[in-house]
Amino acid sequence: MSDFSPSALDQRAVQARWVLRVAFFILISAFFNAQILEHERYRLRSEDNRLRAVPLTPPRGPILDRFGRIIAENVPGYSVKLLAPDVASLREALGRLSGVVPVDSADRAEAIRRFQVEPYLPALVIRDATLEQVARLEERRVLFPGLVIQAEPKRSYPAGNAVAHVVGYVAEVTEGDLQARRYHGAQIGALVGKSGLELEYDSILRGEPGMRYIEVNARGRLVREDGAAPPRPPEAGLAIRTTIDLALQRFVDSLWPAGVRGALVAMTPDGQVLALYSSPTYDPNLFIGGISNETWRTLRDDPNNPLYNRAIQGRYAPASPFKLAIAAMALRRGLVNFNSTMPEPCRGSFQFGNRVFKCWLPGGHGRLDLTGAIAQSCDIYFYQLGLKLGLDNLLRDGMAMGFRERSGIDLEGETMSILPPDVAYFDRRYGPRGWSRGVVLNLSIGQGEIDQTVMNMTRFYLALSNAAGAPEPYLVRPRAGTLRKIDLTAVQLEGLRKALVAVVDHGTAAGTRNSDLSVAGKTGTAQNSHGADHGWFIGFAPAEKPEIVVGAIMEFAEHGTVVAPYVVKTIRRWYFGSGADLSQRVRLLTPEDAAPLPVELSDSTVTQGTAP
Amino acid sequence: MRRGVLDLRTLVAVGLLLCYGVAVLYSAGQTDVATSASGVWQKQLVWICVAFVAGTVTYSVSPRVLEWAAPPLYLFGLFLLVLTLVIGTGAGTAAGTKSWIAIGGVRIGQPVELAKLATILMIARWLAARREAPQTLREMVPACLIAGVPFLLVLKQPDLGSAIVFAGILFAMLFWAGTRPWLLFLLASPVLSLLLAFSEWTWGLWFVFLVYLLYRWRPYLWEGLTVLAANVVMGFIAIPIWRSLAPYQQNRLLTFLNPTLDPQGANYQAIQSKVAIGSGGWFGTGWLEGPQKRLVFLPAQHTDFVFSVVGEELGFLGVLVALLLFLYLLSRLVRIARRATDPFSSLVVFGVAGLFLTHVFENVGMTVSLMPITGIPLPFFSYGGSFLLACSLAIGVVMRVGKDASLIGYPDA
Repeated sequence: MSDFSPSALDQRAVQARWVLRVAFFILISAFFNAQILEHERYRLRSEDNRLRAVPLTPPRGPILDRFGRIIAENVPGYSVKLLAPDVASLREALGRLSGVVPVDSADRAEAIRRFQVEPYLPALVIRDATLEQVARLEERRVLFPGLVIQAEPKRSYPAGNAVAHVVGYVAEVTEGDLQARRYHGAQIGALVGKSGLELEYDSILRGEPGMRYIEVNARGRLVREDGAAPPRPPEAGLAIRTTIDLALQRFVDSLWPAGVRGALVAMTPDGQVLALYSSPTYDPNLFIGGISNETWRTLRDDPNNPLYNRAIQGRYAPASPFKLAIAAMALRRGLVNFNSTMPEPCRGSFQFGNRVFKCWLPGGHGRLDLTGAIAQSCDIYFYQLGLKLGLDNLLRDGMAMGFRERSGIDLEGETMSILPPDVAYFDRRYGPRGWSRGVVLNLSIGQGEIDQTVMNMTRFYLALSNAAGAPEPYLVRPRAGTLRKIDLTAVQLEGLRKALVAVVDHGTAAGTRNSDLSVAGKTGTAQNSHGADHGWFIGFAPAEKPEIVVGAIMEFAEHGTVVAPYVVKTIRRWYFGSGADLSQRVRLLTPEDAAPLPVELSDSTVTQGTAP
Repeated sequence: MRRGVLDLRTLVAVGLLLCYGVAVLYSAGQTDVATSASGVWQKQLVWICVAFVAGTVTYSVSPRVLEWAAPPLYLFGLFLLVLTLVIGTGAGTAAGTKSWIAIGGVRIGQPVELAKLATILMIARWLAARREAPQTLREMVPACLIAGVPFLLVLKQPDLGSAIVFAGILFAMLFWAGTRPWLLFLLASPVLSLLLAFSEWTWGLWFVFLVYLLYRWRPYLWEGLTVLAANVVMGFIAIPIWRSLAPYQQNRLLTFLNPTLDPQGANYQAIQSKVAIGSGGWFGTGWLEGPQKRLVFLPAQHTDFVFSVVGEELGFLGVLVALLLFLYLLSRLVRIARRATDPFSSLVVFGVAGLFLTHVFENVGMTVSLMPITGIPLPFFSYGGSFLLACSLAIGVVMRVGKDASLIGYPDA
């Protein structure tokens, strides 16, 4: 018998109809039960059913320094919201509201825009209302049937300006952010980190919003604020503990000369960042409760660009501090030892091909060994050392030492430091005949086609104090945990440190030595074709067994020796605590070891890299 | 040449459902504060015009052509589903899933709706070519694969609701092809195992029962063992599967089992919908007047939960009218399937009936908490172009089969 014979089909059609009847009977009886038998119950519930969900802002996790001191916290604040049945009545309520507390037209327009996006949420009018404003509104509550005043945790940075470039700031998530899914799990209206640690660790800090329920009547007007339904409390964000020493951070801020652009970073030899400062700075508290357009424009259009983090975003010619890298490369390759001299003694200038390369000391240093050349920062010595090393080796070792990378610190927006990847780069850039091997001379003294961030240069100096290599600097935890090796023996490292101590004892930074603390370091002055020179100082202490490494740059400081005292004071402040003797005058016996401007080697202009 | 007769009753049932649907959709847009749903009834009217044209096209195509075109259509459907997984986007309440295909940021459709039809055609082709119903589990494997591949692809989106529709289609068509119901029961048994695995006791009792059934029905020995093994495996992997579900999916299932668990959280939709329906009473609050709807307490009231508006505003009577219209339409489909000229046409029509029944039962059941919340649309009511198009294509085929049957169909029994 075929399965599709009429009788077989008839039989199944009967069965199918029964299945249909049963299915629809089940559905209909479910509706009968809900609509007829339980009608009264649901009718009452529908009358009750006037709940509106209002999101509750979760407290953002605090940010602490290494000793548990507060860098970012939450303080009680109030938000003012309006619930309205339609746009017209919202507009009208906003008009009346602005008679009681100041609400400018931009904020009113913003509230209406929010209402149009989510008409069933109370529209946010003032995110950060003062206690006085709240009191004034509470007195006139009867005038505003849709008024919702909510206690909200509010971000606060007690150290303000001092920590701006470490913590960053928070602001409401934008529609663009949401579309690009920049913040995982963030909902409309959420506060998210926009820069610094607030951005980097946003997912940890943010927490989960809660919900509370307010009751409205059939026309959408507020009837009851509390107790309509049990609220779902928000989940607080988690605290993060940073490596920052807040006291030191504040000290750097107070120390820094007003109006000077630059940056300073201090870290331990294992990469824990103790202080990170960029000048000029700004007050991250300005962003709390929504920054006003005017303030934002002032910040954004300031020619000194305070939002720019010069410690990780500013790139500068590394100048003399880079000579240590050249020395390390040559030592590693066995080309020199600390007693090696160069064929030509320093007579103030050096001829290569048909060009003349100058030393910063016009009279010349005479014959120096490596230790002496580092101490005196003799350019002629390093020109010859660079030639001996060769451009290929210099670039290859420079890459290996991380001069073409980011330092890797756990902060968003770090820029890449610049060093040509290989010799072919020059061919591509200038044409095979457009440049000469003399570029190696410029590079040997940290000039020319090399630009480094303060953070990345300072990371290189970590390697001097850490035989294993230079660890990644970090504020909370290392991103990748990699080490940059410079592959020197303990003896060689010691030799380099000694050469730098020599600087402190009777060299360029003499006079900065404290009775109990020997500070070693390297000044640098990057001659700058755009204006006054940029001054560097990267130092560490104690010189014998470093516990802190500090790098700093001041734009247009004229000279590295100007920068050195700030670094030395920072080191002393950290080493001796608040009792450090800072009044002691730092006498500098420093020759002006300005790295000369790079010599023009190509027909096209070699761009001189300086920070904006 | 004799001309076939159009099955007017079916057409009228469809027309009435469409009119009812647009009226409810119009009401769903009438809220105290305008929402994005306020203008969708006009867009739906445009879609109905498009759908009418699409239905006319399938009506004019011979089922023979469809049978011939089934494999490429099926493969194309699978291709679209894979494409959706790769480049798909979410939308509306299901923003987190990948169920839409968009070109240049413009969402152009949900391929799953067309894949459902292609799957019906493919299963029908395979079963019709066999001429005999599968007598063993082994013989059902190809059919299960035909439905299983899109099922898994859709589950991956993830869209549990649509995935269940593929299962509904498969079982309906296997049944119509003459497979013994107990065999279908054995096929479904691992899923029951999965559901009952939440406690050792329920699963243990189920397993004993299953052994008894196998003893009674006596399938081939190794097939019986396979069924037992599948049940055991399902019982074991239930917990890992549960853990792999997203929290919102877990919540939906949990609150389906116990609606009072989280009245303001995960089950918000189910409760709001049931409150709206329950408050409707015998006659409802009147068209356009439902306060729950006006205040937009109802979730997705123009798409997945459109039937809640029927319940609130038109009451039990409105619900009864709508459901009886659906029942009538489905009975007509069974009748057409019964009278079809050939197994393929017959199977296709019955598959469409299975599709509609699954959609109606899942969607309507969900609004009264009879079924867990899965976002699938209600035929002819929910706003949405892809599904309306799919429905009209299906109805076009059904009408064609009905017309052909009126020429040379089997005599009425």
